[in-house]
Amino acid sequence: MEKSDIIVVSKNRGEKGKYVKPFLKGLQYTLGNFFSRPVTVQYPEEKTERSERWRGLHRLNVDEKGELKCVACGLCAAVCPSQAITVVASEEEWGTRHPEKFVVNELRCVFCGFCQEACPKGAISLTKVYEYVNYSREDFLFDISRLKTTGEKWDC
Amino acid sequence: MTDRKTVTLNMGPHHPATHGVLRVVLELDGETIVNATPVIGYLHRGIEKICENRTYQQILPLTDRLDYAAASANNMGYCLAVEKLMGIEAPKRAQYLRVIMAEFARIMGHHLWLGTHALDIGAMTVIFYAFRDREMVMAMNEEIAGYRLTPSFIRIGGVAYDATDDFILKVRKFVEWFPKALEGYHQLLTENKIWTTRTMNIGAISAEEAINYGMTGPSLRGAGVAYDVRKVFPYSSYDDFDFKIPVGENGDVYDRYLVRMEEFKQSINIIAQAIENLPSGPVMTDNPWLANPSLSEVQNDLSALIRRFMINAKGVPVPEGELYSAVEGAKGELGFYLVGDGSEHPYRLKIRAPTFYLASALPRLLVGHMVADAIAIIGSLDFVLGEIDR
Repeated sequence: MEKSDIIVVSKNRGEKGKYVKPFLKGLQYTLGNFFSRPVTVQYPEEKTERSERWRGLHRLNVDEKGELKCVACGLCAAVCPSQAITVVASEEEWGTRHPEKFVVNELRCVFCGFCQEACPKGAISLTKVYEYVNYSREDFLFDISRLKTTGEKWDC
Repeated sequence: MTDRKTVTLNMGPHHPATHGVLRVVLELDGETIVNATPVIGYLHRGIEKICENRTYQQILPLTDRLDYAAASANNMGYCLAVEKLMGIEAPKRAQYLRVIMAEFARIMGHHLWLGTHALDIGAMTVIFYAFRDREMVMAMNEEIAGYRLTPSFIRIGGVAYDATDDFILKVRKFVEWFPKALEGYHQLLTENKIWTTRTMNIGAISAEEAINYGMTGPSLRGAGVAYDVRKVFPYSSYDDFDFKIPVGENGDVYDRYLVRMEEFKQSINIIAQAIENLPSGPVMTDNPWLANPSLSEVQNDLSALIRRFMINAKGVPVPEGELYSAVEGAKGELGFYLVGDGSEHPYRLKIRAPTFYLASALPRLLVGHMVADAIAIIGSLDFVLGEIDR
């Protein structure tokens, strides 16, 4: 490393004996901000907009006929780093697969979004919903009927 | 013989000024500390062991949770280690985006440090301004990565998504605005008599001792050693940028404060250069084991579908070998020692957490000071227990 890459910051250590002036300078900054517009958001009443890429609660997408896009390949369960997804597949006589059981444990989930990146059908996606409250731990095991409607009614 | 009586005082693990669950057993003579023993392990989650049975991609969200105040820097350190073992390099645009995210992580980490450190010492105002500005950085994290605190944005072989126009606009605005805010922090603290009295000549350590304790980052630079991984072993295009390394002279709490305050300025300088010179091109390497094929590709091409299954279900095979790769995190040299055995899981991943070494220097720094100074010293070292205990 060259000498020109270094700044010695301790050169501007505060002088001794000064008390009132720096104190007033600090107060001046506070006073300057006192009359500016507040940045606070009154959370439960006001909400900020989440970005398009926000990774919130899961949703199982449906096709035009209203049936689940999911074919229960289990790739989301395989890629999940926290093993939050359980998929049990069932197969019709003519070979169509659909999930018999699809449970996302929202307490285990770390919301990395790997499941929606892995899904080959675009069947699982993470919504913008970020508020989830329940009375018991079992209620956080979201099953198919719950995952189909994420973000539709007021949530949880 | 005098019968000298000392009192043992437990500071932590639930003390608000230890920033997590650090416990320090203090032996006091009156109000002077005669002996101090840091006790760690309250946040041990066994991350290094968990890593051994996860695939290389699955480890990424775990690295977010090491130094959770500056998560992107951990992602970068881990990804660089794996990339080095695989012998690949991320595209230039991805490298620049990585630099932007890592510097944002540093700024976020320093904001948290500044706010809480000042709050501990008694300057309550600063945390409101620090968190106001930290919120802006988090909004930018959200814009590009989709998450605020643990973005998981930097991936092996590149980054997860390309930057949006909105993100670039927001970064430009922030870069323009932030120096003014920084001036405000200086106005509130730097010359304030109460602040200087509380921090000057407290917890001083000489350069030689700091090196012997393995201290890195702002704590080492505060003692006068100009060691920064970004300059000494440049990675991820850091040699493209023009920035300076701030160093102190006295190694006390005040010098560590000044070093970090200057690092804010240098970080914003790097971000400004990176966003103006952002190269065009892909953000993910074309290595078929790493580039996840797009959804339309997968639905129209069988080989892409198979590739997606292999990448996500089986994982990336990483060649045999071992290496150490370090980045400059917000707290110091963050190293990943990686041993690969040719499979999809690391054989061993050892994380060199900078604050672990700072914690080992605590007894040396605390002895001889008052209890109230212990708060200032612990705050100035900027501990994150997620990283120490892993």
